[in-house]
Order: sequence, then structure tokens, then C-alpha cells
Amino acid sequence: MAMSIALKRLSRSFSTISSSNPLRVCVVGSGPAGFYTADKLLKKHERAEIDIIDRLPTPFGLVRSGVAPDHPETKIVTNQFSRVVQNERCSFIGNVSLGSSISLSELCAIYDVVVLAYGAESDRVLGVPGEELAGIYSAREFVWWYNGHPDCSKLDPDLMSTDTAVILGQGNVALDVARILLRPTFELASTDIASHAVAALEKSCIRKVYLVGRRGPVQAACTAKELREVLGIKDLYVHIDEADLLKTPADEEELKNSRIHRRVYELLSKAASSGASHISGQRELHFVFFQKPDRFLESDDKSGYVSGVRFEKTIVKENTESGKQIAAGTGHFENIECGLVLKSIGYKSVPVDGLPFDHHKGIVPNVGGRVLSDASGDRMQFEKGLYVCGWLKRGPTGIIATNHHCAEETVASISEDVEKGVLIPMSSSQQKPGREGLLQLLDSRNVRFVSFGEWEKIDTAEKRRGMLKSKPREKLTTWRELLKIASE
Amino acid sequence: MYISKFSQLGARAVKNFIEAPLASTSRVLHLPLDQNRYLLPLMQKSFTTAADNAFEEPNEEKQKISVTFVDNDGEEKNIKVPVGMSMLEAAHENDVELEGACEGSLACSTCHVIVMDVDYYNKLEDPTDEENDMLDLAFGLSETSRLGCQIIANPDIDGIRLAIPAATRNFAADGYKPKPH
Repeated sequence: MAMSIALKRLSRSFSTISSSNPLRVCVVGSGPAGFYTADKLLKKHERAEIDIIDRLPTPFGLVRSGVAPDHPETKIVTNQFSRVVQNERCSFIGNVSLGSSISLSELCAIYDVVVLAYGAESDRVLGVPGEELAGIYSAREFVWWYNGHPDCSKLDPDLMSTDTAVILGQGNVALDVARILLRPTFELASTDIASHAVAALEKSCIRKVYLVGRRGPVQAACTAKELREVLGIKDLYVHIDEADLLKTPADEEELKNSRIHRRVYELLSKAASSGASHISGQRELHFVFFQKPDRFLESDDKSGYVSGVRFEKTIVKENTESGKQIAAGTGHFENIECGLVLKSIGYKSVPVDGLPFDHHKGIVPNVGGRVLSDASGDRMQFEKGLYVCGWLKRGPTGIIATNHHCAEETVASISEDVEKGVLIPMSSSQQKPGREGLLQLLDSRNVRFVSFGEWEKIDTAEKRRGMLKSKPREKLTTWRELLKIASE
Repeated sequence: MYISKFSQLGARAVKNFIEAPLASTSRVLHLPLDQNRYLLPLMQKSFTTAADNAFEEPNEEKQKISVTFVDNDGEEKNIKVPVGMSMLEAAHENDVELEGACEGSLACSTCHVIVMDVDYYNKLEDPTDEENDMLDLAFGLSETSRLGCQIIANPDIDGIRLAIPAATRNFAADGYKPKPH
């Protein structure tokens, strides 16, 4: 009975496909890696029926919760992703969590093909003393907070007890976070930033932000676009020590081989030599190079809270094994006082039960997206029907477009296996139940899933609320609200 | 002089669209950078799209150029593109598989193409900083790489050949270093 209601609820977007022996696919994760995989599979296999599940009631992964609110043009890709779900052979099933709503082995029993594209929802740790002090957050948490992710809407970072923030790392996430802290709030107020974040930023006392990297300007991990943007913030004093811009012959070589590092270096040099003087009251951004965190310092007056970071000066030298230029400590230390620390040193994937996982690399061991079950012997053993794509496959780097190529590779592996005849059962008695099986299981466990049509209700509600505030959308930021609107 | 001045204005106009927080994803964003020299009078009237403009011309045939896309299997597709239309739009109207994640708003590198003949490459306006920022991240970047959304059909580039770069790359291969994000 309940089952038939569930099916009815989906009938608008789902259709029963009667053709024989379809390829039943489940993609786990509805970010760029998941959607590009679904898109390519639909184009390549006429008989593919794809369910994209996500643990959130909302689709699009980091396009919604990672891309900065002041980058609306980067989010345009969701138009393309929404068109993928319009295909009658594809559907979105949100609010279903791999590992708690359903296990990996259950999923593999229900579908011919399972593609894991659930990304990296945790953080690398530095492993230095004091990392647990209050006032220290991962950049991911902070980003989820200002982007209204329901898991971090209550983060409430204290931006009022201190005027200084230290950001560890100099990649694009670090630059995003610095920009959000430093950009005039009236400029942010008209974006889709969470309203709790604008309110906190309006009252923020942060005037000074340090962006600290272990290596030098030649090795900076950001892109020119993001750097240009942060350097162009209105009424901001930018400080870069010109001495840090000196290049070694190895640096010269590195720049020669990398267009992106060359252009980033040029922008930093230009900013360093612009010679703008500091006007009092201006917000400040300091690029600090060649420093690695040694320990976090605890406040004397406020026990349990961070009051600064102790750094060790580094020099960059070539690692003879990898040929990479790495940072090595020099034994010289200095402190930067601050009341807020954001660690932007990388995301980390989290394994689920039964999934082969390389804890050192933080990825699922794979060859071209095929999950390796055992790589120890002479012959590689693959998990039949199990694939990976995106950050879980190659680590947490790259831009949205990287997933396009990544998905192409995984889909090529699936296609090869389909052609070999290993994935689709020959007789109909061996057919896997696919979507129907999943919905039955979810129903038996009282998991209330969210269909794409129901997400569209959330979408419409958010846009309507946004309109009242001259924002493109006002995000619903709690699980309760999201699920309430979805079932209205 | 005249032309380049207006091109710059065009670039700025596009940028303003992009930076406007409420920027919609309408076709206005496809406004090509250097269609000004051909369509300025029309543009002043209204921001109609390049494709619409082409149909208003009396002699449609004369206003189209020949463009060949070569995909990563080496297969060629020759299409006729109205003057003023971007290669991204042209590809989509003719079922050429060229990605366009940001729909021509200069926020991604998915419509990356390689101009196969350097003479044609040299006939194009230089890429802006913003386009170069995106090209930094393109796969298989070459000396004659451009973004499809920034190449606008004009009679000078009649006969241009554009390769869509091969996307095959083994991400799991040892030693492969992904680009930083």
C-alpha cells in the first residue's frame, strides 16, 4: 500500500521501461561527477536506467554547497544537470544515505552497475598540537556554513571576538574563504549566500586575514581567476613580502613548465610591487609564504580557545625521489596571533562498509574507474559491477570540468564490461530489480526519499523567498525545512 | 582602433553581465565580443541574439561562414554558421558534441577548442585575461587553444577548422598529477 503511494509519487518523473534486459545503474552522489556519469551513460547505452541517489534532499553536490555564492556563473551547469534528470530513463532519489539507509552490498544486489561518486565529505588533519582548540575550523565546514548546507547551518563561527583570521593553505578554497571574510557584505547580500552567514559577516570584526602557505609563490595552488578576484576586492590592502618572490633556478624551471603557475606568479608579483600604502581602517590581506604550522596556541584568558598559530619557517627544496619541490623546516619559529583559524589543507573521502579503500591516498583503489578488490596478487581483481568517479576516484582536486573527463573514463570502462557481457544477465530470471527493488527496501525501512519533482518544490520555494530579498535564492538550511517543503 | 575600442567595451559589457549577482542565464550572455563591428546598429536597438540577427539579413547565404569541427575520433563535421554567432552556440545548434557547462559566461573551460590552422588563430582577437584564466584549466591546452564561446563567426575566419580535444586521460595512472583547483 505504502509502496504504491511511493511509486505514484514518482510517476511523473519515472516511467516503466518494458524493453528486455535493461542495464540497471545506481549512481551514488549527485554532484558533477555523478551527473556527468549519468549523462554519458544515458547517451552511450540506450537500455541504461539510471537512479542517482544522494544523502541530501537536494541535488548538485558541491555546485550547491561548495561553489562560492558570488560565483553564480559557475552554477549555471545545474541547468545541464537538470536536463539529465528530465530524461525518462534517469531519476534522482534524494535523502537516501549509503551506509545508513542502504548498504553497499544491498545496492550491488539490486543494480547491475553501481557508480560511487559521493566525493569527499571530510577533512585532512594537520596532526599538530592544539588542533582541537575552539576557534579552529576546517574550510569545508566554513564553506558549508555560508552556503547553507544543512549539516553546518548551526556552525556559528565566532567572528566578533577577534580581528584576525589565519587561513592555512593557498588553494582556491582558501581564497574563496578569504574573499567571503573580506568582501563588503552588501556585495554578498545579493548572492545566494545563507542569510545566517550574511548576518554574521555584517557583524564581523575580522579586519586582517593571513593566507599562509608552506611553499612559495611559485608553488601556490590557486588559479589566476580566483587570485585576480581576491586581489581586486574593494578597499583592501594587500601585503606580499617582495623577498618571497625571489626565484631559485628550480623555481624558474617549474614556472617554465606550467602556464597556470606562471600566470599566478605574475599576478602575485604585480600585487607585491603595486606599492599601495595601508590606509587606516582598511581591511588587510597578507599572503604569507614559506611557513608551516607547528602548533596552535591556547588563549591565556579563555581556556580551550585558540589565540594564535606558531609557524616554522621553511625552505623549498627538491625531493630527490619524487622530483617535486617540497617544504622543509628550518628551525626558525614565529607566531601569528589570531582568534579564528580556517584549515584549508584538503578534503578527505570517507569509505563505507565493504568498500576497498586506500587510506593513505584517501581514494578507492581503481583502474580507469573499475574498483580493485585485490591488487596484491599478480592478477588484478575487480569488484564486479562496481565503479568510482570524481574525488573518490582521483582525490579531492580539480574543477567541475575535470569530472567531465573523469566520467568519460569511468563510462568507457563500464561500456567495455557491458560489451564483454559481464554486467547484464542473459536470462530474465537473473535480472536485478533496480529501482523497484530500491524503493521497496527504502519503504520497508521507512526512509522518506525525495524525488526530483520534490526537489523542484524546494527550488521554487527558495527562489520565491530569494525574490523578497533581491537574491537569486534564499536557501533552506535545515533538514526539517527541506523535508517539510518537499512533502508539501 | 575603432574596432578594438568597441571590442573592449563589449568585453566589459559581458563582464558586467557576469558579475551582476542576479545575472540570468539568458542568451544575452552569449553576446559575442567582437560582433560589434558587424552588428553594432542592431545591438543598439536591442539585445537580440546573434542568430536572430542573422535571419533579419536580406541575403542570408552571404552571411554564413563555413566551420569544420573535428572530434576526438578524427571525425569531421562541416557546418554553416551565421556571422556573429559563437562557435559554442553553433556547435549546439548542429549537434556537435561540445560541452558548455557555463553556457558561455566565461566561467568554465568545457568548450575548449583547438584552432587547427595557426593563420586562422592569428585572425582572432587576442583572448582576454578572463578567457586566459579559463584556458589555464583546459585539458590538452595547445598554442592555438581558445574557448568556443569566445570565437565569433565573421567573414575573416570562413573555413576555420576546430578540433575538440581528446578527453582520454588515465586518472589512475601512477605519477599523474591533477591540476590544482
